Amino acid sequence: MSDSALAARGVNKSFGSLVVASDVELSLPQGVRYALIGPNGAGKTTLINLMTGMLRPDSGCIFLGDEDITELAPEQRVRRGLVRTYQINSLFPRLTALESVTLAVCERRRIARTFWRQLTAYRHEIDEAHDILSALTLAPVCHRPTRELAYGQQRLLEIALALATRPKVLLLDEPAAGVPREESKELFAAIAGLSRDITVLFIEHDMELVFRFASRIIVMVGGGVLTEGTPAEIAADERVRAVYLGKGHGALRS
Amino acid sequence: MTSASVAGPHAYLQAQARWRRGEIAFWLATLLPLVLTPDYLVLASQVAIAGLFALSLDLILGFSGIISLGHAAYFGVGAYTAGLLSVWGWGEPLTGLLIAGLAAGLLGYVTSFIIARFHHLALIMITLGLGLLLQEAANSASWLTGGFDGLQGINTWPILQKFDFDLYGYTAYSYSLAVLFIVFLAARRLVYSPFGLALRGIRENGQRMPAIGAPVYSHIRTIYTIGAMIAGIAGALLAQTTETVSLEALGFQRSADVVVMLIVGGAGRLYGGLIGAIVYIVARDRFSGLNPQYWYFWIGLLLIAVVMLLPNGILGGLALLAQRLRAKS
Amino acid sequence: MAAVFGMLFDGVAYGMLLFLMSVGLSVTLGMMNFVNLAHCSFAMLGGYVAVTLMNAWGWPFFATLPVAFMAAAAASVVLERLFFRRFYNAGDLQQCLLTIGIVFVSIAGAAYIYGTDQQPVHLPAYLTGSIVFGGMEFAVYRLFLIATASLITLVLVVGIETTRFGAQVRAAVNNQRMARGLGIDVDGLFAVTFALGSGLAGLGGALAIEMLGLDPSFALTYVIYVLIVVSVGGLGSIAGTFVAAMLLGISDMAGKYYIPALGSVLIYLVMLAMIMWRPTGLFGRR
Repeated sequence: MSDSALAARGVNKSFGSLVVASDVELSLPQGVRYALIGPNGAGKTTLINLMTGMLRPDSGCIFLGDEDITELAPEQRVRRGLVRTYQINSLFPRLTALESVTLAVCERRRIARTFWRQLTAYRHEIDEAHDILSALTLAPVCHRPTRELAYGQQRLLEIALALATRPKVLLLDEPAAGVPREESKELFAAIAGLSRDITVLFIEHDMELVFRFASRIIVMVGGGVLTEGTPAEIAADERVRAVYLGKGHGALRS
Repeated sequence: MTSASVAGPHAYLQAQARWRRGEIAFWLATLLPLVLTPDYLVLASQVAIAGLFALSLDLILGFSGIISLGHAAYFGVGAYTAGLLSVWGWGEPLTGLLIAGLAAGLLGYVTSFIIARFHHLALIMITLGLGLLLQEAANSASWLTGGFDGLQGINTWPILQKFDFDLYGYTAYSYSLAVLFIVFLAARRLVYSPFGLALRGIRENGQRMPAIGAPVYSHIRTIYTIGAMIAGIAGALLAQTTETVSLEALGFQRSADVVVMLIVGGAGRLYGGLIGAIVYIVARDRFSGLNPQYWYFWIGLLLIAVVMLLPNGILGGLALLAQRLRAKS
Repeated sequence: MAAVFGMLFDGVAYGMLLFLMSVGLSVTLGMMNFVNLAHCSFAMLGGYVAVTLMNAWGWPFFATLPVAFMAAAAASVVLERLFFRRFYNAGDLQQCLLTIGIVFVSIAGAAYIYGTDQQPVHLPAYLTGSIVFGGMEFAVYRLFLIATASLITLVLVVGIETTRFGAQVRAAVNNQRMARGLGIDVDGLFAVTFALGSGLAGLGGALAIEMLGLDPSFALTYVIYVLIVVSVGGLGSIAGTFVAAMLLGISDMAGKYYIPALGSVLIYLVMLAMIMWRPTGLFGRR
């Protein structure tokens, strides 16, 4: 099991009679780019919530590498390298981009508790934050409050925040959601630029992104995993076509 | 794009934390009552003490976003600790101040375990309930607190064995102001530290903080304890300079007043509590001849006006004005 | 044993009053998340309207009750339009401060018009005195209170469970966004519910004069108890409010009967314990 960066084993979750996760089994090998697709309501974001600790599974386990993290609190999983971004921006409105990323860096380095030294004294951390922002083309706006940034820039900041925690496994929840075509170039470049040391799982509806970046695709329907395979295999799979084409929208293109 | 972003991140952050001319002017102005209006030094003392109390709440409410309607509990504990120390024979002010701060801080630490776990209405009710509970307990324990009449027999020794408390209030004001300034320096340092940034992160988006690995629970406990300690110091100042302590020191009235002061001045800006204290206490003094009912009428109107027109208080309004003026030029 | 029953009887009567004064706040808080600390100002208004009608204009007690209800409901509509509706999306603190401001203004207003003394209430003769039953004395007025409040509770419960309006209220409390998505006019619904809830508070205030007294500080003193009832019972739940009101009414009476030196400590302790055990209330969401 040690070659798997992140694994879910027999994960179940229901809210009353509503089953949101049904015996989910998946295992992500180190360094691979996985896409998680499926119709709305299939349980993709729920799965991310279960894996990051925002929801507790009714049964089953989550493994990060060799370690069983099912009982750990969200911030503890982040410390071990399991990080997510949000489908709807969850940022710090009145903090500047630089402040937000610097905060993430400081929390990672466990120096956020210090109240007797000035932030400006932590040159390494500020530089690191600035470098992350530069790599995502956000350096020119790094002093603007988050709420004044364009939506595409905010999506990039979401990724910047996640990168600041030095993830080993990164879960991106619809990174391109709501980003207009003109602004998505930087976003795609950012995702392409993610280091090969990081294992990435991203939920997406944008098939262009999926086929461009994913080396493997997982398809979820109704809370369970339907199938998994390479993009070519998935594109050819009849069941997957039925799930999408049967509803009359979102035809798969390869 | 301003010149600041061209200057680089370090220079920008340093410029943010630098002492502004307005701040220096403010602190120089606090020395004026000693020279210009010596008749009002007793009032000025009250302002300094209220300002310190409001500052302590600002750290909790303004910077961390924790709504507390029972903050006077810590002020009262500080006041009674300092008062009781004196009544029991130890009237040395500086050590009394420290011990009172520690006592209030200890209570803050213990209650922070409860406070940190709740949000919204539950949090408001718990802070309110704890405050009311302490008020009732203090009322019942009249053998200790002196009940309705308050503590009798407080006698504060001269500060540093040299400066005795005079009738005019020179010593009282100088002492209060000095304590306020020193604590303010510490608070300012905290606000511009990594911890200060984390607090603002909690205020801006408490849900996101665990997702970047932040131990939110622990941060809240820390700032709540610090805020309680500073409130206790303010309470001790009151006990020592006025040589009286009564139940109103930890009453709901005082908790509500300090929230009003902070909001009127502008929360989350360090100086908001101080400005609010000046406005509130001076106004209360001006209208002290008035029927208490009318006082509450005007305070009520003030609250409604502030919430509707100036939600970020006086300092927020000034900041907005400055922004508009800069945009025009 | 008789003392226990007496205490329970008074506790239930008090609890019924608390219920009437709290149920409106619970439902509106549950629906819109609007922290209305001025809720008891409506109760106070109902009380003062009843008193004015009785003392100045000689109206019989019963006739003042519906007027108290309607006056409070009307006042709430005015305030909701002028002030409250701009703050539905503002933070908790803003709402608290706005409504505290209104409480202060209402207290000052009441003091200005009526002075600070307790208001006398002239009950009809058949509501005074007490009935002796099973060797114990029961105050007639408190029996009346319990009966009336029980009837109103029944009407409320039946209303919310069986009518279409009630179903819409339950939906909006449960999930506002979803309710809007289903085409329910949540804003209009809220305005009506708010008026109803405030009217009930006004009625409660009028009924409370005999048992709790009436002076300008009423709005502030009782809002604390009402908040305790609402937070312990759970936002948006009529059943929760009822249970919490009973729990608190009886606890307070028990405290006053058996350990008067403790004062209100018992209520605060009970509240703290309940909220820590169930932060969203006994019957609250999540």
